[in-house]
Order: sequence, then structure tokens, then C-alpha cells
Amino acid sequence: MSLFKVFDVAGSAMNAQSVRMNVTASNLANAGSVSGDPGLVYRARQPIFSSFSSSLADQQGVAGVRLDGILESTTPLEMRYLPDHPEADRDGNVYATNVNTVEEMVNMMSASRSYKNNVEMINTSKDLLLQTLSLGR
Amino acid sequence: METSALTHHGQALRFRALRNQVLASNIANADTPNYKARDLDFSTALKGVQQESLSLTRTSDLHKQAWGSNDIGARTMYRVPMQPSLDGNTVSMDMEQAAFAENAVQYRASLAFLDGHIRSIRYALKGGD
Repeated sequence: MSLFKVFDVAGSAMNAQSVRMNVTASNLANAGSVSGDPGLVYRARQPIFSSFSSSLADQQGVAGVRLDGILESTTPLEMRYLPDHPEADRDGNVYATNVNTVEEMVNMMSASRSYKNNVEMINTSKDLLLQTLSLGR
Repeated sequence: METSALTHHGQALRFRALRNQVLASNIANADTPNYKARDLDFSTALKGVQQESLSLTRTSDLHKQAWGSNDIGARTMYRVPMQPSLDGNTVSMDMEQAAFAENAVQYRASLAFLDGHIRSIRYALKGGD
């Protein structure tokens, strides 16, 4: 029954969106972090999505969402001259993380809306299935 | 014979379930870069059923199905994008949600027709009440 596949598809999308939510939370939590060593500074992370079909024989347009990985942003770090900072390096500079708070907030809203869409989709399909079960009663 | 109505609505149900699945994939992949939205067309599915579309017989499970075809003769086709997006994704969420809702209502309609037929057959079998 093809309605059951909707649960797999929407489930994979919800999984991907919740990872995106977690990554955003981690980015926002570290939005204020600074360090004297550019190698140790927290860098903004972004999940990479791709679509996949569970089997090659099934080419009817059914595709779930797969998480390909989480990449670190390559945006340059912000250098601040703070000679009094305890973490400051020899030249008196600290490096601030490249997390963009506004971008992350938008990302969070987008992820939560996509998640809700998938929940609604599961609810609708579940209703349809239950109605089909009670056919002819 | 009365039962032909049952098979017709049964086929309609199968089409709706299949389309539900394709639209669900579109909504699930709304944030996937380079995903191209797809859909099934009812009128081509109807023609396929009416004209007994030409299909290949698969004698082994290893044989691949012809591209985009399925057992109900409906073809999966790519949607023409309404507006371009930077990541190559062609899912328009509003359109997909509208199509999903419409498809669910049509599914319910087919269910109601089937239900009515089954009820009337039972009514006839029982000789009233």
C-alpha cells in the first residue's frame, strides 16, 4: 500500500529537519564565543541535505531526505583588537566566531515550519488510511 | 455488473494513494538542494487505463520498470517551476500543499463512492435493512 511510504518519506524529512534544528541551536549557543587561537574558535555549522530513493526499481517519484553531513562554514572569522582580554594573542587580538545570529534565527523558523508541514502530512495520510480500514463497515 | 464500479473506484484510490506519495516526497524535499518537484497527471492515467497502454512484461524482479511508468499507467513528470531558486530546488510549498489537500479530498471522495457501493450491495444481499 503506497500510503504507508508517506510515513517513511515524511519521517526521513522530520529527522533531517530536527538535525538542522539541533545544529542551529548549537550555532546560536556558541554565537558569542571568542578565542585567541583561530583554530580553536567555534565555526558555524550547516547540515547538507540530499534526496534519495530507497530502491532503484521503484522510480515512481518517491524520495526521502538524507543527511549527507554537517559542514563548517568557511566565512572568515572576525578579528577584534582587545589587548585586555585574557584570551588575547601576542598582538592583542581575539577571534570571534563566524555565526550569523540573524541567519540562524531564520534557519530555525524555516526548519520548524518544514517540520510542521511533515507532521501535517503524516496526520492527513494517517486519516486516509484509517478511513480506508473502515471501508464498508 | 455492479462490481465494475468497485474496480473503477479501486483504481482511482490507487492513483490517489500513489499521487499522495509523490506529493509527500515533494513536501519532504522542500529544503533539499537540486530536488526537482514531480507530479502525476490524472488525465494521462485515465487514458492509460482506457487504452490499455503498452507496457513491458517483467519476468524477473531484477528487471527495471520502464521510466516513469507504473502499474496504473500514470507517468511521473517534473513540474514546471513557477519561480527560480538559487539552490536549484523547484518545490513551491504553497502549490504542493494545495495539491496535497486536493488529493486527500479526492481520495476521501473515492472512498465515499466505494463505501456507498458496498453498502448498496450489502443492502441488496440482505434483502433490505
